[in-house]
Amino acid sequence: MRPIANTRSAAGIPTGRLAVWWVLASEIVIFGGILASYIMNRLSHDWWADYAANTSTPIGAFNTFVLLTSSLSAVLAHAAAERGDGKLAARRLLYTIAGGGVFLCVKAYEWTMEISHGFTISANGFWSFYYTAAGVHASHVIAGMILMAFVARDAAKNAELHRVELVGIYWHFVDVVWIFLFPLLYIAK
Amino acid sequence: MADHAHEEHSEQHYIRIWAILLALLVVSILGPMLEIQAVTLVTAFGIALVKAYLVVKHFMHLNVQPQYVTYLLATALVFMLLLFAGTAPDVMKWEGQHWSKPANERPASDAGGSHH
Amino acid sequence: MATAEVTEHHDDHGHHDEGFVKKYLWSTDHKMICFQYMFTGIAMGLLGGFMAYAFRMQLAFPGASVPGWGGVTPADYNSLVTNHGTIMIFWVAMPVLIAAFGNYLIPLMTGCDDMVFPKVNRLSFQIFLLSAIVLLASFFVEGGGFGGAWTAYPPLSSKPEYSLTPLGSSLWLVAVGLEFIAFLLGGINFVTTTMNARAKGMRLYDIPIVVWFIVIASILFMASVGPLVAGAIMLLFNQNLGTGFFDPDKGGDPVLWQHLFWFFGHPEVYVVLLPAIGITAEIITTFARKKLFAYKTVLNTAIATGVLSFTVWAHHQFVAGIDPRMANVFTISTLLISVPVAEMIFVYIATLYGGKITLNTPMLWALSFIFEFMIGGVTGIFLGASGSDIYFHDTYFVLAHFHYTFFPIAIIGSFAGITYWFPKMTGKMMNDTLGKLHFWITIITFNLIFIPLFVLGAAGQHRRIYNYEHFPDLAGGWMQDLRVLATVALLVMLAAQVIFFFNVFISLRNGKKAGNNPWKANSLEWVAPSPPGHGNFAELPNCYRGPYEYSHPDREDDYWPQNEPA
Repeated sequence: MRPIANTRSAAGIPTGRLAVWWVLASEIVIFGGILASYIMNRLSHDWWADYAANTSTPIGAFNTFVLLTSSLSAVLAHAAAERGDGKLAARRLLYTIAGGGVFLCVKAYEWTMEISHGFTISANGFWSFYYTAAGVHASHVIAGMILMAFVARDAAKNAELHRVELVGIYWHFVDVVWIFLFPLLYIAK
Repeated sequence: MADHAHEEHSEQHYIRIWAILLALLVVSILGPMLEIQAVTLVTAFGIALVKAYLVVKHFMHLNVQPQYVTYLLATALVFMLLLFAGTAPDVMKWEGQHWSKPANERPASDAGGSHH
Repeated sequence: MATAEVTEHHDDHGHHDEGFVKKYLWSTDHKMICFQYMFTGIAMGLLGGFMAYAFRMQLAFPGASVPGWGGVTPADYNSLVTNHGTIMIFWVAMPVLIAAFGNYLIPLMTGCDDMVFPKVNRLSFQIFLLSAIVLLASFFVEGGGFGGAWTAYPPLSSKPEYSLTPLGSSLWLVAVGLEFIAFLLGGINFVTTTMNARAKGMRLYDIPIVVWFIVIASILFMASVGPLVAGAIMLLFNQNLGTGFFDPDKGGDPVLWQHLFWFFGHPEVYVVLLPAIGITAEIITTFARKKLFAYKTVLNTAIATGVLSFTVWAHHQFVAGIDPRMANVFTISTLLISVPVAEMIFVYIATLYGGKITLNTPMLWALSFIFEFMIGGVTGIFLGASGSDIYFHDTYFVLAHFHYTFFPIAIIGSFAGITYWFPKMTGKMMNDTLGKLHFWITIITFNLIFIPLFVLGAAGQHRRIYNYEHFPDLAGGWMQDLRVLATVALLVMLAAQVIFFFNVFISLRNGKKAGNNPWKANSLEWVAPSPPGHGNFAELPNCYRGPYEYSHPDREDDYWPQNEPA
């Protein structure tokens, strides 16, 4: 059913991967809009540092560790897919999905603690940005986990192995966003 | 050349990069303990840049894509700088000739900051 | 290579009869998705026109009961103007110009059998349809449809106690957000198809201008919409979760929303302009039988326009209290952007110069596009200069100015494209006499609506006022006469659209068979049968030259199709 158009590559790069890069370009400006708004507000409200002091660096650091490690298993899945080992690639993608699951559970615990201390999304500007930025990021984690489940299902049957790399690129991007959110929300105090 | 490409994609290579990323993470956590703001900025954001560079280069393989992919992503980033440059002068300003933002002063007591 | 591709292709698709749902509603065929977008867009256009009818009647005959609507309350009026603007830009101009023409033309003009991601394409339309349904639903919830203008400035849009539409404003925002997702998916398809799936031999400078422009428009959309997506999430949280991103009483800043909105909102003008001006390029070269004057210049000016369009956004905010030093910068960049746009118009005039011009319906639409859009551009100079904008801001002068840009883009551009590619889309020729009748009535009434509004705006008539009888300075006799004139012209224009639908109907029934290439044009879509079947081409074409080789001195024919070997 795939059209011939899909198999051409006049731009010197497979169509699927080209599309993923375009998706990432459009995601950069979405996160860029939130982060630019946050940074200009943060710079003009120096006392937001006091609010930021209530975020938990250990939890944020643990989640960074989880995401970095899930990225490792995603790239290892890509390596397995390159060798044509779909079963191994699928298993490694499942590890990545599990990493995303741990990330979300930790996030849920963290937010529950903060909300129970009165740091709700409407408490003040800092907490509004905190929940909005991390929430938009978390929604990307969920989307990535769902996509990865479909790719892993196919990869286990040795089908559509090139998609292992594509979903991996997306996952690494979500990781990179978190690499910047971590200092912005947790470390700068 | 083929050997090099093979090495770049080998599993040990990825694990090595991951180890470097974790080491950088530890540095970025320890940085603020020196309590020098300049050092914190470098360990927080400088290291974030290095980490992002490592992930983009070694995990996303941006360096082996056609050059225009890099330009594409860089252009998106430049547009965000442009947005910041055009917007910040207004958003970061609290008062003008006939106006001010009274709510934009440090609150005396605030639910969001009182629980240290 | 091409032959091998074809064999494989026919094995894949075969010729099987598909059910109604599969063929019309669940299709992955780019041509069917074009028709889905186009019909949805035209239906929404009729709705937007009906809204204009209701509020123009209120302005011409304040307080009178409007036939088909009833009495227009102030809340109705706000909701009508807001949704008229939103619908005409997001649910008419975008789907018809970018999505419908992009879907139809890109695979055909680049010589491939479909979009590279047909299922993503189908998903894109489905999300778009969902967004239209959500928007329509917002009229029927408690409080009615959103009435805070299509720009949705907070705090009016962020607090139900101001907007009085607790649900309508959130549904409006969700609908716009879904629509953005639909066009992001569509845009990625357009860009990757053009980059990767071009016919063998088609180099970058052999791509027809309209394809280039739709691709550049998609990229502009992709690069500019992100901050507004972020802003829309923030505004949605303001409405429903009690955050204060844009509320001064909570330490937020309403000007931040204006920046996020216009950072998208201004490039958006060029997002819809570029496809329309690209359609014009195809038509004037075909019907002047001349090579496009300075192909590369046109392309480069379009790219320059695109880049510059990211630096002009705050000219919408000159009176919002922005930093005056920034206002200087934005004035300069705004006046600069008229240079590449003017250059494009000069190039088109140079293309027409000395050509063998055929004045049929599509050509009339194309020529009128250039002329009417130029009026829109020239009046923009007064608004781009921060000094004069302080006087004109939020008057009907602004309103008339952007209708002189958006009407040529959305309506004239669409009619130009539809009448030009109608033979390809349906296999039948359109009736030219009826087409010209429809053209002349629409163009004359269009000017009769908006020239009076220029005059009223220059006289100080403010926007967003639902009954001018309450303002003695504006209620005067001649001003009211001009309002009635504009409203009557609108009624005639809306009625004249019946001619178009009648023309489509009888042309489909009795029209002459078109054949593959009725206009003797060069680009690859005219190689395919009319209408093209599933898979487009009997044999995928190769490309040997640029699309504008008309009246070549060495050839007997005055055209030279792109797929004809030298």
